[in-house]
This record gives sequence, C-alpha cells and structure tokens, in this order.
Amino acid sequence: MASGNVLHVLYNDDDILMRAVKELRSKHYRIIEVYTPFPVHGLDKAMGLPHTRLAICAFIYGLIGLSVATLMMNYIMIEDWPRNIGGKPSFSYLQNMPAFVPIMFELTVFFAAHLMVITFYMRSKIWPFRKAENPDVRTTDDHFLIEVDAADHDLDALSKFLYDTGASEISLIHNEEHA
Amino acid sequence: MVLGLIGLVFGFLSVPTTVEEASEILASHEEHHGSGEEASHEEANFVDEVRQEHGYSEHAMAQDKDLGHDAHEDGEHMEHVLHQMQTKPWSAAFVAAFFFMMIALGTLVFYAIQTAAQAGWSPVLFRVMEGITNYLLPGSVIVLLIVIFAGEHFYPWQNHELVAEDAILQEKSGYLNFPFWLIRGITYVIGWNLYRHFARKNSLAMDHAEDLKPYKNLFRYSVYFLAFFIVTESTMAWDWFMSMTPHWYSTLFAWYIFASIIVSAVTVIAIVTVSLKAIGKLDFVNDSHLHDLAKFMFGFSVFWTYLWFGQFMLIWYANIPEEVTYFILRIQEYNPIFFGMIIINFVFPIVILMNSDFKRVSWFVVIAGVIILVGHYIDIFLLVMPSTVGPYWSFGITEFAALLFFLGLFILMVGMGLAKVSLRPKNNPFLVESEHFHY
Repeated sequence: MASGNVLHVLYNDDDILMRAVKELRSKHYRIIEVYTPFPVHGLDKAMGLPHTRLAICAFIYGLIGLSVATLMMNYIMIEDWPRNIGGKPSFSYLQNMPAFVPIMFELTVFFAAHLMVITFYMRSKIWPFRKAENPDVRTTDDHFLIEVDAADHDLDALSKFLYDTGASEISLIHNEEHA
Repeated sequence: MVLGLIGLVFGFLSVPTTVEEASEILASHEEHHGSGEEASHEEANFVDEVRQEHGYSEHAMAQDKDLGHDAHEDGEHMEHVLHQMQTKPWSAAFVAAFFFMMIALGTLVFYAIQTAAQAGWSPVLFRVMEGITNYLLPGSVIVLLIVIFAGEHFYPWQNHELVAEDAILQEKSGYLNFPFWLIRGITYVIGWNLYRHFARKNSLAMDHAEDLKPYKNLFRYSVYFLAFFIVTESTMAWDWFMSMTPHWYSTLFAWYIFASIIVSAVTVIAIVTVSLKAIGKLDFVNDSHLHDLAKFMFGFSVFWTYLWFGQFMLIWYANIPEEVTYFILRIQEYNPIFFGMIIINFVFPIVILMNSDFKRVSWFVVIAGVIILVGHYIDIFLLVMPSTVGPYWSFGITEFAALLFFLGLFILMVGMGLAKVSLRPKNNPFLVESEHFHY
C-alpha cells in the first residue's frame, strides 16, 4: 500500500450502496471493507468475495463426531465390557447398532454444530472483550460505509466520483496502521 | 413418450404370458417342496403360548411360522404355499400399480401444500405437477380394483373360516369387515380425484379469469383436501397395507408410507421438470427451482429414513413377539434388499444431494432421483411382498412386466396431461415472483 490513507464513504441506502460497490469495482478502486447494519443480499457477490467454506468444515466435523461416537461405544459396550443388558446382543457393534444410532446421530450434530460455530468465531475473530472495530457508530443503525483505499489516486477526482455514486458523506482518514 | 408407449405395449404383451409362467413356476416349486425337504415337528414355544392366551388361532400361528424352510409334508402346508404362490402375480401388480399411483397422489399433495402455503417459488411448476396428477384417476381406480379383487390373497381377515377361530381378528372385525372396507376404499379414491378435478379446473380457469375467484377457490379446496388427505392416507395405509398382516400393527405406519409417497412424488416432479426443460418446454424454470426440488428430495429422504428407523428401532428394541414377527420375516427372507433399501434411500441421497452446487446440476438430480425411485419401489415391494407371498418372492418377469406396464401407463397419462395445455400458467398471484425466483 502506497499510503495509509483511506476514504470512509457513507451511504444511507443499501440499493445505492450496491450500485456504488459495483461502480467502484468496475473502476478498479480497492474496497478495503464495507460496514452495514444488516446483511445486504448479494453484497458479497458484488464485492467479489470468495464463497465460504464453513459448510465443508461442518461436514468434516460431523464425520469426526460420527467416528467419535462409534469408536467410543464400540470400545465401551462391545470390547471393554460386553455385558448382557436386557438381552441386547453385544457380540458385535453391528448387532446392537440400532441402540447406538440415537447417540451417533446426536454426536454428529453436536460436533458439526459446535465446531462449526467455533470455527466461525475464530475466522471472524469474535470473542468476549474484543475491542469493537467500528469506524462510525451510525453504521450499526442506519448507515452504510465503504472503506476505500485512497492509494495514489487523485483525491479530488475520487471524491467527485464517489459523490456521483450517491455518497452522502466522505471523509479522509489518515491511518498510521495501514502505512 | 415413445419409450413409454413401447413399455406400455410390452407390458400388455407380457403380463398375461407371465401369469401363465408364474403358475408353471408354481408347479415346479410345488414338486420341489413336496419331495426333498425334511419334515420338522412344530413345537409350541413360549411365544405360541403367549399368543394363544391373546387369542391367536392355531391356523394363524402356523401361517406366521411357515417360512418354507422348515417345510413339513402335510397338506395344510402345501395349501399355504400354493396360496402364497398364487398371490404372487397379484402382489407384483399391486406393488407396481400402487407405486405409480402414489407418485401421482404425492404430487397432488405436494401441489396442495404449495398452493395452501402460498409458495412463491413453485407456481411455474404447477402445470408440471398437474400433468403428473393426470395419472391419478386411472391409477387409483386400478389400485382400488386390485385390492378389491385380490381379496383373500392379500387380506387374511376376509377369510371367514380364519376369522371364526381367531379371537383377535374377531375383535378387529368392527373395522376390518368387507363392506366398510370397500366403502372406505371408494371414498378415498373419489375424494382424491374430486380434488384433482376441481384443482385442475380452477387452475385452468385462472388463465382467463379477470379476478382472483379461481385462485381463492383453489386455495380453499387445497386446504380441505389436505385435511381430508391426512385422514384418508392413514386409513388407506391401515386398510391396504397393514391389514395384510392383520395381527400386527404399528402406530406410525401410515406416516411412514406417507414419507415414501411424498419423496417419490417430489423426485418425479424434479425428473419431469428436468426432462421438459431439456427439450426446451420450460424455459422459465431456472436452476434455483431445481435446487429447491432437490432440497425437498434430500429432506424427505431423510424424513423417510427417520420414520423407517423410528418404526424399526422401537420394535427391535422392545422385541415384543406380537410386533417383531413383521421384521423377523423381512430380515430373514429379504435381507439384501431390506438393508440395501436403507443404503439406496438414505446414504445415496445424503451423499449425492448434500452439496449445494450438485443440486443445481440437472443430470446429478436425475441420477439421484432414479436411485431414490428404485429405492422406494423396493420399499413398497417390502411392504407388500413379505406380507402376501412370504418367503416365495423373487424379482422375475411378472414383477418386471408389471413395473413396465404401469410405467408405460404412467408416462402415457402424464404425457397426455402435460400436452393438453400450455406449460406456462397465467394470472397466478405468485407467478411473477416465481419466475424471478432466485436462490
């Protein structure tokens, strides 16, 4: 990054925001981040963000959960101490499997759900006492904010272009961290 | 359509010949069983004693235990074997007839649900669904005729001699008696077809209507039909399937059959949609519609498995002799298809249809659909065959011909239903939303 300067461009409508994002991308300006008070349908596609792989994670976690359940019950009920409990056949795992299915199912769901959620927290860096990163408090209520990399662009031309996209407010931020 | 006609003609030609063949097989089997096998003495065990206290007749118990392997040479056994073999073509026809009828019926239910729920995605598919339900009228009448004329072949409680000595069947005769059973069967068929008739009529009237009257009528009929259906579906399952083994009962049986009905129906809707789109008749249907259908296929497959397992595990776990005979027969005599069916109906759809991208690929959905349909044919096969022919089952010419015959008839009727009107409905309040549906 050539300069640490970013532009905070505020919009007050999600339709205008969407159009602005598309225009910025078509002019090859770099969008660092977009802040919205609620999910804007199709924004990720307009920004060209890659598809999430969280579902693939969840599938793998589910398989892990299924294996844990199977190995655990096979060891406890069949190998370690195969007792006759109410006449249930404990000679092999398969013979007594129907009785294990509820636990296999629940552990699959449990692992898939919880590990996926934790993965989400880690990837999005969310945890208690984390300092909120909010460039403008209004973006949690009714404003939309695009953070544009000022880079080496002509600021006047860029501002003019941004106002034309329907921006209600533009501010230049000198950001040391980005330098 | 051409393939369907070929199948239809082939089915017509082969059905009568196979019936004769079946009797030939029967004769050869009779010789086989009559000679070589060892006679084993029937012992009264604990289960029998319990049953006798509960009022089972000797005859019914003998039949329950008669698995063919421990064949004894007395005339009573051979009579039973002969009876089961004569039942075979009936069962083969019934399995295939019901399989295709339930697809049409399930489609009708799905259609009613979509209408009553005011679904915004599906109106573009309404003509497809209506086309499929065109099979309901001939299909349901044929099924009704089969169950009526199969009589004692299917339903032991219609045998007066058996009922006379069986306390349990006597107690059930308030429900399981022929006139009442007949009236119920006719009621179902009339009720379902009435809805289909008026739904189609109002749906077509919507094309030319100036106001919303046909739509509102359709909505109202759909709600009434769904209420009617949930009751008649339960009793239909008891009447036509559960009463094949009148000593056995299961509470969620009707529901379980419903799961089979709805998943097959959604699958067929998806396959027909894909086929019609492939020949360019459904340009307004996009892959998001297909995606939704595939999601329903996936979801209902899991739902079916849930009910299947719910029924199986409860009976397996408690292992009460009264109930467990149903599964013992199926596990011992039908083992490969009994457990193979679970893999086909559960594991395959889970693996194939889990991925969101795969659900949009039409050939993927068709492959999954064919697998699901094969699985649910086996499901119906397993509902009927063990109860009627017992261990003397096979998948031979009779079964295959019956399947082909009804497949041909199904494709013919569906094709006629689809060909009559434009596949693009008009004036449905949700149509525009549906055409722009995007997921």
